[in-house]
Amino acid sequence: MSSRQSNLKTEYVRIEGVSKQFGSFSAVDNVSLSIYKGEIFCLLGGSGCGKTTLLRILAGFETPSVGRILIDGQDMTDTPPFKRPVNMMFQSYALFPHMSVEKNIAFGLEQEGIARNEVQRRVAEMLDIVKLSEFTRRKPHQLSGGQRQRVALARSLVKKPKLLLLDEPLAALDRKLREHTQFELINLQEQLGVTFIVVTHDQEEAMTLGSRIGVMNKGRIVQVGTPTEIYEYPNSCFVADFIGSVNMFKGKLIEDEPGYVRIACPELDVNVFVSHGISSAPDVGLNVAIRPEKIDMTRTAPMQKENFTQGIVKEIAYMGDISMYLVQIPSGKMVRVTIPNIERQVDERISWEESVYLSWQSSSPVVLSQ
Amino acid sequence: MGGVCLFILAVVQSSGPLTVNGRRIVIAWPFIWLLLFFIIPFLIVFKISFSEARLAIPPVAPLFEWVSSTKNFVLTLSFNNYLFLFSDALYINTFFYSIKVAAVSTFWCLLLGYPMAYAISRADPVRRNLYLMLIILPFWTSFLLRVYAWVGLLKTDGLINNFLLNLRLIDEPLTLLYTDFAVYVGIVYSYLPFMILPLYSNLEKHDLSLLEAADDLGAHPITAFFKITLPLSISGIVAGSLLVFIPAVGEFVIPSLLGRSDQLMIGTVLTNEFFSNRDWPVASAVAIALLLFLLAPIKIFQYYQDRETEAAL
Repeated sequence: MSSRQSNLKTEYVRIEGVSKQFGSFSAVDNVSLSIYKGEIFCLLGGSGCGKTTLLRILAGFETPSVGRILIDGQDMTDTPPFKRPVNMMFQSYALFPHMSVEKNIAFGLEQEGIARNEVQRRVAEMLDIVKLSEFTRRKPHQLSGGQRQRVALARSLVKKPKLLLLDEPLAALDRKLREHTQFELINLQEQLGVTFIVVTHDQEEAMTLGSRIGVMNKGRIVQVGTPTEIYEYPNSCFVADFIGSVNMFKGKLIEDEPGYVRIACPELDVNVFVSHGISSAPDVGLNVAIRPEKIDMTRTAPMQKENFTQGIVKEIAYMGDISMYLVQIPSGKMVRVTIPNIERQVDERISWEESVYLSWQSSSPVVLSQ
Repeated sequence: MGGVCLFILAVVQSSGPLTVNGRRIVIAWPFIWLLLFFIIPFLIVFKISFSEARLAIPPVAPLFEWVSSTKNFVLTLSFNNYLFLFSDALYINTFFYSIKVAAVSTFWCLLLGYPMAYAISRADPVRRNLYLMLIILPFWTSFLLRVYAWVGLLKTDGLINNFLLNLRLIDEPLTLLYTDFAVYVGIVYSYLPFMILPLYSNLEKHDLSLLEAADDLGAHPITAFFKITLPLSISGIVAGSLLVFIPAVGEFVIPSLLGRSDQLMIGTVLTNEFFSNRDWPVASAVAIALLLFLLAPIKIFQYYQDRETEAAL
């Protein structure tokens, strides 16, 4: 992972105030973003959030209504796709059905008028990298989903682009293959030093692949940061809720000190003590967000004086590695708690209708404005 | 001729093992239709082509005859009709002329039809049906009337000549009617929809992201057309071309009304043999020879259709 961090911070792509209108609908709304050389940048968001439109603007398939695109310092806003030093891997792969694997991969090089020997050499090299050397003569319809994905990847990488755009690169693969391919992608990216911009709706994928993530909502970038920053320090209720799951409680600031704050949460029946200061006006309503895995669930009362409440287990979802509990607290609100299944004996685990204590550390809650 | 295509396609496509009874019944229906209205008439024509002509009703000598003197069935097979086709230059000449006319017309249909089909397939989906409707609309008028209308347009004091004379683009009227050109115009005009519709249904199914991919990989849109769209529409081109070529070879109304009087087409020869000369056996031999010749393009069509079916799997 160290090499993923090493060559950051040289700006390669610059998106300046880009908006895209389709009729009266703003698909992309005033997005400004810098993407660094050699990183994997993930654009994450739900369907219709504008992430794919932004990617298509970068590829040149759409022209922004407003704003500029700079790649390696050059204004590319009006450059047609076939003249951009950018390649894209399509969600549907868009492999040419009438061409063999070899021809598909060679297509891009042939357009540059590269000598046949050189084309063959580079295609063979690429086939070797994606481990498809045995399938050169096959047509796309004779390949499995995973193989097609690798052909698409090889085809988009063979021209040695400085920037590769990937539209939901793993969406069509099944879960096991997806996990495996994620690491392959990261290795390939490190090996070739290409800058990746990945569009995905899958937060797990974004977290694994991305050196940085840009979360999008309604055409806007709402937060940009490393996976850890996005997950542990979400800057809005939307991000906290979109990435992972979260328990959200409405609250009001009652003590505001530089080193700590105390928030009254009627829904939680107790005041929440947070061991770091926040920047917020005192009377504004707040949200306190606590991740399910950061809540401890015990049968006996915890040692701490604050930051705990009681409840009754209403639902249990066993997922193998972890179990997810829905605990009803006295206000009637359900609190989501996840507990790793460390012990194997089932009878030791907390069961339905048991009365439990829920506690959390004072550094765990994230305070968000409403 | 359309019946020939249909029948052969049906035979080849259903040659796989059939196990489900319900499916058999469904497939049986077109088979019965083809049996009654194509195979039986075809066999009759086939039989007549081996008979001798005679002055009688029907004007054909029977193949099987009960000879009472020897108390035997006698089979009289005559290949004279086929030999006659090759002996008389008229038949070979009209045959090749028909193929030339059909080929040239098909070429022009393709050249005109492809851009039209392409444009419709890329048009706003709401508009597409309107455009298709406009392509089909001429069929609502009688075919014969539409061909006659061309006489009025093409004749010496017709609309086109008068228009050009009035514009002073020409000093003397052009000879347009009763030429090869008029036949081409008539066939291209009449058969263009048969080229456009299969091409449209092919082009409309194309995945546009393939063109984006080509664009992305550095191909100019024109290159992308020739490397992606054109190869992928081959089966549409073949289907449309056959739908124009096969009926055009046997076309007899258009050359009769618009064509030269000194050069017949095979369809006209066939009609003359049958109705004027009342030589049913030679007419049948012409029909069978034409059919055998047209089997080749149908086979090509089959090949491409099979390949496309395979690729779609």
